[in-house]
Amino acid sequence: MSEGSTLLSWVIWLPILAGLLVLATGSDRNAQFARLIALIGAGANFLMSIPLFTGFNRLTSDMQFVEKASWIETFNVSYHLGVDGISVLFIILTTFTTLLVVIAGWKVIEKKVAQYMAAFLIMSGLMIGVFSALDAVLFYVFWEAMLIPMFIAIGVWGGPNRVYAAVKFFLYTLLGSLLMLVAFIYLYHKSGGSFSILDYHSIQLDLDVQVLLFIAFFTAFAVKVPMFPVHTWLPDAHVEAPTGGSVVLAAIMLKLGAYGFLRFSLPILPDASHALSGFMITLSLIAVVYIGLVALAQSDMKKLIAYSSISHMGFVTLGFFLFSDLGMEGALVQMISHGFISAAMFLCVGVMYDRMHSREISDYGGVVNTMPKFAAFFMLFAMANSGLPGTSGFVGEFMVILAALKVNFWYGFLAATTLIFGAAYTLWMYKRVVFGPVANTHVEHLTDITKREILVLGLLAVAVLGMGLYPLPFTEVMHASVNNLLAHVAQSKL
Amino acid sequence: MTFPMPNLIPALPEIFVLVMVSLILIIDLFLSAKNRFITYALTQITLLGAAWITVSTHGAVPEYTFSNMFVDDAMSDVLKLMSYIAVSVVLVYSRTYISQRGMFRGEFFALALFALLGMMVMISANHFLVLYMGLELLSLSLYAMVALQRDSSVATEAAMKYFVLGALASGLLLYGMSMLYGATGSLNINQVATVIQHSTGNHVVLTFGLVFIVAGLAFKLGVVPFHMWIPDVYQGAPTAVTLFIGSAPKIAAFAFVMRLLVEGLQGLVQDWQGMLVIMAVLSMAIGNIVAIAQTNIKRMLAYSTISHMGFLLLGFLSGSLNGYSSSMFYVLVYVLMSVGGFGMVLLMSRQGFEAENLDDFKGLNQRKPWYAFMMLLFMFSMAGIPPTVGFYAKLSVLQAALQAGFLWLVVAAVLFSVIGAFYYLRIIKLMYFDAPLDDTPIRPEGDMAILMSTNGLAVLALGIMPQPLMALCAYAIQRSLL
Repeated sequence: MSEGSTLLSWVIWLPILAGLLVLATGSDRNAQFARLIALIGAGANFLMSIPLFTGFNRLTSDMQFVEKASWIETFNVSYHLGVDGISVLFIILTTFTTLLVVIAGWKVIEKKVAQYMAAFLIMSGLMIGVFSALDAVLFYVFWEAMLIPMFIAIGVWGGPNRVYAAVKFFLYTLLGSLLMLVAFIYLYHKSGGSFSILDYHSIQLDLDVQVLLFIAFFTAFAVKVPMFPVHTWLPDAHVEAPTGGSVVLAAIMLKLGAYGFLRFSLPILPDASHALSGFMITLSLIAVVYIGLVALAQSDMKKLIAYSSISHMGFVTLGFFLFSDLGMEGALVQMISHGFISAAMFLCVGVMYDRMHSREISDYGGVVNTMPKFAAFFMLFAMANSGLPGTSGFVGEFMVILAALKVNFWYGFLAATTLIFGAAYTLWMYKRVVFGPVANTHVEHLTDITKREILVLGLLAVAVLGMGLYPLPFTEVMHASVNNLLAHVAQSKL
Repeated sequence: MTFPMPNLIPALPEIFVLVMVSLILIIDLFLSAKNRFITYALTQITLLGAAWITVSTHGAVPEYTFSNMFVDDAMSDVLKLMSYIAVSVVLVYSRTYISQRGMFRGEFFALALFALLGMMVMISANHFLVLYMGLELLSLSLYAMVALQRDSSVATEAAMKYFVLGALASGLLLYGMSMLYGATGSLNINQVATVIQHSTGNHVVLTFGLVFIVAGLAFKLGVVPFHMWIPDVYQGAPTAVTLFIGSAPKIAAFAFVMRLLVEGLQGLVQDWQGMLVIMAVLSMAIGNIVAIAQTNIKRMLAYSTISHMGFLLLGFLSGSLNGYSSSMFYVLVYVLMSVGGFGMVLLMSRQGFEAENLDDFKGLNQRKPWYAFMMLLFMFSMAGIPPTVGFYAKLSVLQAALQAGFLWLVVAAVLFSVIGAFYYLRIIKLMYFDAPLDDTPIRPEGDMAILMSTNGLAVLALGIMPQPLMALCAYAIQRSLL
């Protein structure tokens, strides 16, 4: 069913074309028109991506919806696309998030609407490209091209310190990516002239070479995840980015780094992954515990959520390097769930920021009195963020903690502290912002959320609860691919 | 005594350009200022005609003439064609600028064509003296072009600097050539190569000559430590001339290195490889780091040129066909980007105003979003970010260098290009994130607007489909060196 299908190409190029169309509407006089095209593009793209999920064969770990065409013969580069049980989930997450971003930015963005919408649509197509590329150069092109719209999005619609944040974001990621490019070129020569990622899975490599390549990939992916200690760009970028930018960053871009570990580091460099697993687990645990504590000390809501993201992503990398199916699937569930929850949290802050133009916790207090509906949604997402059973946040964390306990009691113990710290920083922030008496006249004049905002938050609430109560559809899709990946990791290449 | 008539066909494009430029000089004498556009039109026709002749005399095997002093091979045809295109685009971009500054005179066009002729001779040379002749024709025309704005003290100073240093470099080059002549007994590139291949020449003398040759080449390319003239000349020259210097002559410089080092001194590859490695690293380092401190965009692009030339060397020093075609691809891509970048500076300038400072680009996205987007493409391409063609240029030279085993060099190149990305990003920041300083409308002439858009979109289109140009370079190199 998947042979000869061009569905994947459509899912990648449709938003990019829609984005160009939106750009063509020009100045803000046609803003409403631009919004409409963006909405149609994002909506169509989401609907189009659903058959990828429903038509996906859950029994095989092979690549599906494969497309292959020669692209740059000189370097044997091909336009090679395909998805497995891991990437297909992220494609759906991307199209879903983009739709939310378009709706969320509907009224809020007033200047350069067309460019804003276009940036996010194009970014969406490029990110789907990253998830489905099976050729290293193609992967790299999508991976880097994605930086351009994000750079513009942060720099144009961001907060007061946006230029610093945008440049820092760009240079940080560029440095990592370029080392990855060197690794690709090395593998290209080593494999006798192939840029196919699947070919790399089967080439023999010495341990010292593997370690060097691992470091190159690590710089690229760890910066993106971001892992401690290269996480410092994230709080800056998040704080300054417009709400849509924060949502896309947290929900999808961070996942790209983690996805990179799965697609490159683990299967191509199994021996180095095993040799360095202690190092990776240590960094992950530092992220979970230390960054969790850092989050506790924040006074800026966006910064707090940014740190909370880093801490949650620590769970993901921890799950990967435990090398068990429980850990791996837990990490993947955590990635999807974090995509929903972090998007929701940033949107909640965005809702308040649009009304008050402040992200400081101390400027708020007693919001529940003026915005009861909003407070209910925010409550749900805050609970999910702290990993309450019944929400999606619980499933992934629980699976990873169980897997960690099997490997080493202390890994599991340290990971489990997040249940305390996570609850502490999220709920404490929630308490200070939402509960208590009305803090000032600004809060007193707040209006509750509109229908548009209810739609956005409602969709996310359904996703968070649905995944928390019935995660089977997600784990079922990834099962075969995860087992295949673990088989690759277990096989030495020495 | 009989004098055999040489086969003139391989040199037909050069002969045509020479005849036309002489004609243009004469016709121009009889034209009033009002009819000066005829000179301009004739110049463009000359380029078109030369292109037609080059294409129609193209042959699959190299053809030699004038006692093997001159060669017409696939590489020369491709490079010449690209030079015509570059010069033609440069003239379109410069037209408004030079007419607003009193330089729209016959001399400008005649000098441009003479410079082109010099480049063509360099590209087709198969003999040290022919190579030198072409180089001097090019250089002397360029010195004069820089000094064309007689009242400008900055331009005169730049011309003086260019001339003095250029003459020194030519001297070094000639000295090196004479050493090689002493060691091999020939000035013909093929014969020199044969003698070196059979290692009958004195190795010490050869290496000594090689050092001088490399120094001369490095000066013409503008790589560290022979780069001092580049920033001053780029900044001091009228922008139209800077645009010219930064475009087609780089193609000729590429051919110059190919003919001398690769075709002539391939036997000494072990010796020149090491020198190029040092120069490449230094160029990438100094070019990228110093560019950060610049506030003048012409000067910034000058330092950026230095770093690009360092990247160009990466292809050469890998010493393989793969590397040479990568370098060729790089130089063509570089010219495409550089013409666009300097072209934007011309586009922003107007009567009595030079858009020379970085701040002049502030808020361009609000003034003219389309041109801001074009400049964004040029800048990202220079920084080597996909999906622009600059990425593939970097990819191809990096893979060539890595294939030759220069891992540390590749890592260094990558690190310096991260540093380099900073100042390209700054231009984008100024255009997109800042508010405009002045709101004077930007209204380029129709042909310039179309060409600039084509130029920008070409950077993007070649970034999505780089194969044709890459294949062309590989074809040209393979046909010429095998």
